[in-house]
Amino acid sequence: MAITLTHYLTVAAILFTIGIFGIFLNRKNVIIILMSVELMLLAVNINLVAFSHFLGDMVGQVFAMFVLTVAAAEAAIGLAILVVYFRNRGSIAVEDINMMNG
Amino acid sequence: MSFAELNLAAATPEILLAISAMALLLLGVFLGDKSMRLISWLAAGALCIAAYLAVHVAPATGADPAFGGQFIVDGFAAFMKVLALLATAAAILISIGYASRNDMMRFEFPILMTIAALGMSMMISANNLISLYVGLELQSLALYVTAAFRRDTVRSTEAGLKYFVLGALSSGMLLYGASMIYGFTGSTDFTVLAKSLASDGQPAVGLIVGLVFLSAGLAFKISAVPFHMWTPDVYEGAPTPVTAFFAAAPKVAALALFTRVLIGPFGPLLLQWQQIIVVIAVLSMVLGAVAAINQRNIKRLMAYSSIGNIGYALVGLSAGTQLGVESVLIFMAIYIVTTIGAFGVILAMRRKGEMVEEIGDLAGLAKSQPLLAYSFVIFLFSMAGIPPFAGFFGKLFVFNAAIDAHLYVLAVIGVVASVVSCFYYIRVVKVMCFDTGEGVFDRPDPTIRVVLLVCTLFVLLGVFVPGPVAEAATSAAASLFPG
Repeated sequence: MAITLTHYLTVAAILFTIGIFGIFLNRKNVIIILMSVELMLLAVNINLVAFSHFLGDMVGQVFAMFVLTVAAAEAAIGLAILVVYFRNRGSIAVEDINMMNG
Repeated sequence: MSFAELNLAAATPEILLAISAMALLLLGVFLGDKSMRLISWLAAGALCIAAYLAVHVAPATGADPAFGGQFIVDGFAAFMKVLALLATAAAILISIGYASRNDMMRFEFPILMTIAALGMSMMISANNLISLYVGLELQSLALYVTAAFRRDTVRSTEAGLKYFVLGALSSGMLLYGASMIYGFTGSTDFTVLAKSLASDGQPAVGLIVGLVFLSAGLAFKISAVPFHMWTPDVYEGAPTPVTAFFAAAPKVAALALFTRVLIGPFGPLLLQWQQIIVVIAVLSMVLGAVAAINQRNIKRLMAYSSIGNIGYALVGLSAGTQLGVESVLIFMAIYIVTTIGAFGVILAMRRKGEMVEEIGDLAGLAKSQPLLAYSFVIFLFSMAGIPPFAGFFGKLFVFNAAIDAHLYVLAVIGVVASVVSCFYYIRVVKVMCFDTGEGVFDRPDPTIRVVLLVCTLFVLLGVFVPGPVAEAATSAAASLFPG
């Protein structure tokens, strides 16, 4: 069976959904949220590269490179904020992030 | 592509901001944290020069693309850049006093705000999904850090963490939408997208899915309901000058981006996105009016107020006409000035050096610091939309655009929400002016006094707004509607 664009899009959609659910359903650890965010961005990259291949257009792959770069910067800043939060609160459990009611 | 085709001259304000941010960083490293005051003034100066340049490089009519069409300079971009850059400069200036009292005298603060302003400027001029994303992230990454800037307090770091998680989620959704749009049209360039969407008949389902995801991501950034959950917490937890900044400049930039995307490439799909924007606008206005009633913290109150105000701006956008865009521009100009002024007052409200954030504690402000209290009264009345202050005209233009586009129900809901929101604005006025409270309030810092004077004059002279601001907005809106 040949792998078509639909297969790639389905995989990407599943990964993206897992990423979103990982953010909202997990009650344990903020690190898991960071991993879920990365998963979402990588799902988008699969989309972009698959579209790029099937359209025969390079722009999608250039876009994917930008996404990778920004994702790295985002992870660095996320971990840095997490470290300062841990220093103040002594915990990174999601249910402990409740100083302000919201 | 040759060097001349890059058209670097069109990006002069951004290049200036990038170079001055790096130069100031270098200066800060050499001089240490005691140079925070100097660097703040230099950063504000650079932002003002960049705002001047943004007007200077904009062509009188039409658009001037640069970087192979990734970046575009037109009247609309110039108008929004002036708002965003001047709001950032004002936010830097009113933060100096707070920083010196609250152990925030670190030179990185004005530099981060300059970098965020650079990101905003890139967003406003973005003409491609790639430059849209990179500009948005440049802004967001700098803002996450400023929210957590008081790194030794739990509240500030928690605000930073919440903002980061929800901001990253929204970027992911925006990006997923961008990838779908690219896949189903074969282009990321707004000009090409506009052409191909105008010639196609029925849009593909995948394209609509992409548009919805992109809109959801952008609605997060302007904190429109139902994507507003982060706003009250982040506004309450972040240091007050950062809250002032968040309520002003990034909203303008994100709303400018939203407008450009919807009117430009997706203009032919007006019927598809109009329903989304109408629903978001109604929900934002209603929630902004109702949820603020029970708030006791003035920063949380301002958060709900800003959600409501974004709802009014979206009313203008949902019209999808040139008149609608014009009303959004006027509304945002007035909103920015009022918000900066209101937060200037909030930053100035101190008792013996302690910040006052509970609304009940504001009792007696009018006796102790009458000028401060009465300028706050003017800002609150303006936000409530009471004539003859500027805020009234902002709402008038927005509702007028909605009526013009036959969105009668939307306009009526907007007026009702505006009346409801008067209650909590006027309650603050009542506490300040008529309740008796103990204690004396401190005198505001000189920079805050200057910023307040400028903002108060602007809001008071609102009667004349259908003059210069409206003229600039008319020509700026026209640049989005070629032919």
